Amino acid sequence: MRCRKCSHPAVIKMPRHNIALCKNCFTEFVHTQVRRAIDAHRMLTTNDRVLVAVSGGKDSLALWGILLKLGYRADALYVDLGIGEYSLQSRQKVQRFTEAIAASYQSTLHVHTVEREQGAGIRELATFVRRPTCATCGTMKRYQFNRVAIEQHYDVMATGHNLDDEAARLLGNVLHWQTDYLDKQSPTLPASLDGFAKKVKPLHRLTEREMAAYAVIHHIDYVVDECPMAKGSKMLAYKRVLNQLEAESPGTKHTFYLKFLDRQTTRRQEDSQTLTEQDRRRLHPCETCGQPTSTMVCTYCSMMAKAGTHA
Amino acid sequence: MQPGLFRPYDTSRMKVTLTHPRQELEVPGPTRVHQLLQRLNLTPEAYLVIRGDELVTEDVVLQDSDSVEIRSVISGG
Repeated sequence: MRCRKCSHPAVIKMPRHNIALCKNCFTEFVHTQVRRAIDAHRMLTTNDRVLVAVSGGKDSLALWGILLKLGYRADALYVDLGIGEYSLQSRQKVQRFTEAIAASYQSTLHVHTVEREQGAGIRELATFVRRPTCATCGTMKRYQFNRVAIEQHYDVMATGHNLDDEAARLLGNVLHWQTDYLDKQSPTLPASLDGFAKKVKPLHRLTEREMAAYAVIHHIDYVVDECPMAKGSKMLAYKRVLNQLEAESPGTKHTFYLKFLDRQTTRRQEDSQTLTEQDRRRLHPCETCGQPTSTMVCTYCSMMAKAGTHA
Repeated sequence: MQPGLFRPYDTSRMKVTLTHPRQELEVPGPTRVHQLLQRLNLTPEAYLVIRGDELVTEDVVLQDSDSVEIRSVISGG
């Protein structure tokens, strides 16, 4: 199979675009998709200080590298969740990437260790508060990323969510008619009020397979194994279903998510109330930590109070 | 996976490593990448096929002497 653009041997076929590309043309394709996402959703400027949430997985490490290559001032934060061997391996991969790639751009890695700061690993915390581990982990990561972004004066926080992540999340929200979550499912969330960092998803136009291919081509050493806590998760089930549909009808995930974004944009233009106005009307500072919340005490603080480890 | 298609522990055959869960197989070559995925009942959209350390497309013919990794790309809870 030959590259559609330059006729060199292809390394990947992408049925959704009906093309195959070689290493160099595929790299250019990925960078172009990231630039398009950033420009179309006004995510970043080259003056912004960006904090990338890294996990040791393919998406977040690739995102950090791509932003640096494209000329953005990107540092990263790794949250060590204390999930035994899996966390040890993830942390090692992140540190190696920092030394091998990010350091040459004078980029910095921040590390938050849950066991040390919160007194227990994420599995133990989930048991204390009687919540599913993935939900506890999500709350922990969102809180810590936002906290570090605000405290260290970053302009934007970037996550490695890809097209598959967003399409699976959309499918889950539609299946359960979670309309509040649908409104919030945007590639850019503004820093709507004090205490909230702006959040962006520059990989939302690229599939999980494309990001894995990018990582392999660029020799990014990432954690290939799945998080042991994710076994049986609904998101994985939604992804499997979407991939079966994609095999039958290439472009399904792309159309499902990107058409949703088009409709969301049109709806927002018609609706006089912006996301920022909605947040300002609905949210106020948490009584304990000051981060924005719709309740008296935010989910993180009530979780930590239940766990009895909140400093 | 369909039983009986592969002969484990035959050193003259193609070595295939699968992730999630990790599994090692000996597969008779030559076979094209898309045929290999089909035989293993794997959705192409959810996997990459890596020969040595090079990505290969679905039309590539894999030989007995090849070491191949079939890597799951799905992640996230």
